[in-house]
Amino acid sequence: MIIFEYLADLFGAIPAAFISGILPIAFVVPYALFAVYWERKVSAHMQDRLGPMRTGWHGYLQTIADILKLIQKEDIVATAVDKPLFNLAPILVFAGSYAAFAAIPFSSAYIGANVDLGMLYIIAVSGLVVAGILMAGWASNNKYSLIGAVRSAAQIVSYEIPTVIVILTLFSIVGTLNLYELSEIQSSNIFNWMIFGGNVIGWKKIVLIPLMFAAFIIIYLTTLAEVNRTPFDIPEAESELVAGYHTEYSGMKFAMFFLAEYANMFAVSAIVATLFLGGYHSPFGYLGNLLGISWLVPVEQFFWFTFKGLGFVTVQMWLRWTLPRLRVDQLMTVCWKYLIPLSFVIFLLVSLLMVL
Amino acid sequence: MNLYDIIFYLFAAVTLVSATFVVFTKNVIYAAYNLLLTLFGIAGLYILLGADFIGIVQLIIYVGGILILLLFGVMLTNKITDVQIKTGVLQVIPASVAVGMLAGILILIMTNMSWRDFGLSTPDKTIGGLGTLLMNEYIIIFELLGMLLLIALIGAANIARK
Repeated sequence: MIIFEYLADLFGAIPAAFISGILPIAFVVPYALFAVYWERKVSAHMQDRLGPMRTGWHGYLQTIADILKLIQKEDIVATAVDKPLFNLAPILVFAGSYAAFAAIPFSSAYIGANVDLGMLYIIAVSGLVVAGILMAGWASNNKYSLIGAVRSAAQIVSYEIPTVIVILTLFSIVGTLNLYELSEIQSSNIFNWMIFGGNVIGWKKIVLIPLMFAAFIIIYLTTLAEVNRTPFDIPEAESELVAGYHTEYSGMKFAMFFLAEYANMFAVSAIVATLFLGGYHSPFGYLGNLLGISWLVPVEQFFWFTFKGLGFVTVQMWLRWTLPRLRVDQLMTVCWKYLIPLSFVIFLLVSLLMVL
Repeated sequence: MNLYDIIFYLFAAVTLVSATFVVFTKNVIYAAYNLLLTLFGIAGLYILLGADFIGIVQLIIYVGGILILLLFGVMLTNKITDVQIKTGVLQVIPASVAVGMLAGILILIMTNMSWRDFGLSTPDKTIGGLGTLLMNEYIIIFELLGMLLLIALIGAANIARK
């Protein structure tokens, strides 16, 4: 917002729109480099290992070395693949996961596009990821890739339903799908966060808190399934499917899938944080307000936003290295028999409460 | 030609070119992915016209739902059971007559309609008004559609059980 206006003063509205559209990539790529290193460290320490230690201090340059290696690798395209779709798929997957960043407010000073239907837009563009994954699996002309892609699509399409119902529940409380407005509603106090019932006051808030906790857990599980992470990682189950839909990819194309996966992990974490944990708002108030330095507040908000997002990403990693993988039928049972009815019950109770 | 026109022609070109590919390509998978582009272009046009809700719902339902289902079906039958799915040219004369009549009706409507020009403005919020209309004036249609979808769901579950 403020950043866009500043750029618009500097360059004019149209170049400013392009620049502020590219800004999230300056966040996503360094974040992904860090997150890959972080995942290796988290997994290593959980298994009593040290993880990467040789490249730089405690191995912090390891992912940069890995990326340099991936860039130099030969781009192998097998003869029997469907070449146009094979080459397009990584781009489509990354475009789908990057498009979600357009509607996420990073701080009160920056949101890619302050659209009225931000949350609905994010759900809509996540469909592109599914199309890209199916494209990769089909074009690879490999049975493991195809099974991985079909599993992934079935999983994402199923788990979208409880996600949408939980979002509908929130919508019935606050009456807006604009993530910026939603963040502003949760400002000023930790008990204004949606997980504590948002800006509702009185006895309704006390009834809302357990419902919101349940809704929070549901949306965390479903978003975990939508980014194909353990315990829902059957699309790329190493022990059954080699690497699922990106088995045939190597070099930079593989790196793009990897980047998309980590970008997606942050995107869903950021969405959960924005929906339930106050978005970019600090739980304690701002140092900038205390000292009277107004430009410090958006910076602090950016810090809190990244902190919450990375916190959830760390929980995702923690779950990955703790839990075993679900079977396909268990996965569908969890979604259709437990999460969907539960989210419907929460939705009905919350809307009844809001009508009273 | 201002920016608005450029964006319009961009989306229109995406829609038309990909729609042509959908019709003329022999490969069903290519047709399906071009349909994705077509629907994307149409959603862009809706959003350009200020109908953001319709545009996004178009993406959710057609790209996220129907197209994925279509790809799913084609992929499973094609690669796993080795059935070759190809499109061919059939029934040229009836098809051209039907398409010609449809095009004639559309052109007739397009030229005879008195279009309203709203000029350029930031679009208003749409879902509030849409929701009020659906819950008040069109409540019967809305409820009937809900019943229809429920019946379809029960029917699908019933067929799947056999």
